[in-house]
Amino acid sequence: MKPRTIIEKIWDKHLIHQEEGKPDLLYIDLHLIHEVTSPQAFEGLRIHGRKVRRPDLTFATVDHNIPTTPSRVSTDPISIKQMSTLEKNCQENGIELMDIGHPNQGIVHIIGPELGLTQPGKTIVCGDSHTSTHGAFGAMAFGIGTSEVEHVLATQTLWQKKPKTMQIKVNGKLGRGVRAKDLILAIIGKFGFSVGTGYIVEYTGEAIRSLSMEERMTVCNMSIEAGARAGLISPDETTVSYLKGRKYVYNERFDELASEWLSLATDEGATYDKTIEIDAASIEPQVTWGTNPSMCLPISATLPHPDAQYDVEEKESIEKALMYMGLEPGMPIADIKVDYVFIGSCTNARLSDLQEAASIVKGKKVKEGVRALIVPGSQLVRLQAEELGLDKIFIEAGFEWRQSGCSMCLAMNDDVVPAGKRCASTSNRNFEGRQGNGSRTHLVSPAMAAAAAINGHFVDIRELETVHH
Amino acid sequence: MEPFKKHRGLVCPLDRRNVDTDQIIPKQFLKRIERQGFGECLFYHWRFDDEGHKKQDFVLNKEKYEGASILIAGENFGCGSSREHAPWALGDYGFKVIIAPSFADIFYNNCQKNGLLLIKLDEENVKLLMQKAQQESFYLDVDLVNQVVVSDTLSIPFDIDAYQKKMLLEGLDEIAVTLKLEDEIRAYEQTR
Repeated sequence: MKPRTIIEKIWDKHLIHQEEGKPDLLYIDLHLIHEVTSPQAFEGLRIHGRKVRRPDLTFATVDHNIPTTPSRVSTDPISIKQMSTLEKNCQENGIELMDIGHPNQGIVHIIGPELGLTQPGKTIVCGDSHTSTHGAFGAMAFGIGTSEVEHVLATQTLWQKKPKTMQIKVNGKLGRGVRAKDLILAIIGKFGFSVGTGYIVEYTGEAIRSLSMEERMTVCNMSIEAGARAGLISPDETTVSYLKGRKYVYNERFDELASEWLSLATDEGATYDKTIEIDAASIEPQVTWGTNPSMCLPISATLPHPDAQYDVEEKESIEKALMYMGLEPGMPIADIKVDYVFIGSCTNARLSDLQEAASIVKGKKVKEGVRALIVPGSQLVRLQAEELGLDKIFIEAGFEWRQSGCSMCLAMNDDVVPAGKRCASTSNRNFEGRQGNGSRTHLVSPAMAAAAAINGHFVDIRELETVHH
Repeated sequence: MEPFKKHRGLVCPLDRRNVDTDQIIPKQFLKRIERQGFGECLFYHWRFDDEGHKKQDFVLNKEKYEGASILIAGENFGCGSSREHAPWALGDYGFKVIIAPSFADIFYNNCQKNGLLLIKLDEENVKLLMQKAQQESFYLDVDLVNQVVVSDTLSIPFDIDAYQKKMLLEGLDEIAVTLKLEDEIRAYEQTR
């Protein structure tokens, strides 16, 4: 048999119907839903008198607009209605909902993996573009719109045109203090944030193999920021040992499952439509300076001068971004002062992210004038962090210790960066107004965000004594 | 879904690249549970100042583009979030066609499901149309059947996937199409 990539293997296994001149009809193994992109889909089902085909393969949580304050009480009537609509839709259709107060509530892309719902070889969809996160397990996972949510609810299938495949090969090893977040930002910075449009990406290479599962999730999470709907990593022993014993894994058959999973890995000799490569050792801690994730530089760099070396359009976009961000050309990144620090989101709110931040924060204080938030990705992460005493480290340093949710990543709840204020954020998008109208976002790793909170400006964490590999 | 065959409309030039869905519809408007009424929120922070007054320098607010139904923009239009509120807002505002050198994948699909025609043209043709729309009151005839955009002085053919073309032309309910394959779906489920 011809050697196949993991992408082709998963595709072939889920193919229900193939017809000349049409996309393929694929079966969907897992459908995750949340309060923001599902109400109109359920309404559509009601209008047409259709039912949810497989409530047992559908799981719901609230994350996007819920409060992360200790009391978790929302004062916004429109948000409350959106949440109660999800509750009603789940009840009527027999869908398991991890609501506020549920021990497994959390950001949809954090809870799927930690509960073991996310598994190698599955097709996974969710009405959220960061669904690519689940690809870290060797699942084919992508974001869909509300019409497709309705389609999956009604049929448990999706029409998909076979995308092209791209290999992003990361050679060598990451240096000390350089994190998964720096790696994916450097990839987007180098190749541009639409390099993956029309492709499904597989990340390969030595540096990817040595990442933990949580780090792999950070990398795959931001595939969409490179334009790719899905990004995945072939399963290996790291994947298998992460999943063992998780709630929704069929643990009685674990060994059998594990060997199935491992057999999904891309075959030796399989080919991709495109391959790009990057050298891990060349990557420094990254900071975004502009209004899209590809506007990104190493901590040691200075901001670009919109001068003759760029074409007219590029020059304009640099000028526009610098103006929005309130920054001067040529300024060292390390001189940029921050007003807010947000450690959270589906990109970087897992236990290891909080541990990474805590190792920098321990025994220190948040710089006066800086407001800093830690928003764990799930109630389970929050609980595990508290068992390790991380909450105390953060609270003593002056951080706010919050309940789980999407929070300041997209500022749909009250966690908003005010206009003109600058935030070091571990989230995934630095678009204009993303964290609040007029807010200015710099994307960084949890360690870099923590160091910015303590120092009041960006610092090269490799110069801090506490930083290990 | 309304079938789409032909459309004649005024062209509005949005000369920006990488227009993301956060700009098309900011998050504070994503809390509603209906599909309608998002047009007034379209490009909200580009169209309105903090007091809710129209910003006169933004292209959509200029009198000459009032009633525009064809939007022309730079590359990678619709990047970012999967929110279908973006096409709902564009459609509700009155846009039927968007022309750009490239679109983000999820956004492209979402528009397709809502009967909005997205046309990919090469940079040169987009620039030409953009300039015309900036200079004068510029109307285009979009003909999906023959895959061509036409004005008084020019005629530019465009490519579209045959299946997507059929879906738009017939305004098909995709779920109804899929449900006809119920036997195949059930047979597949039984093999697992």
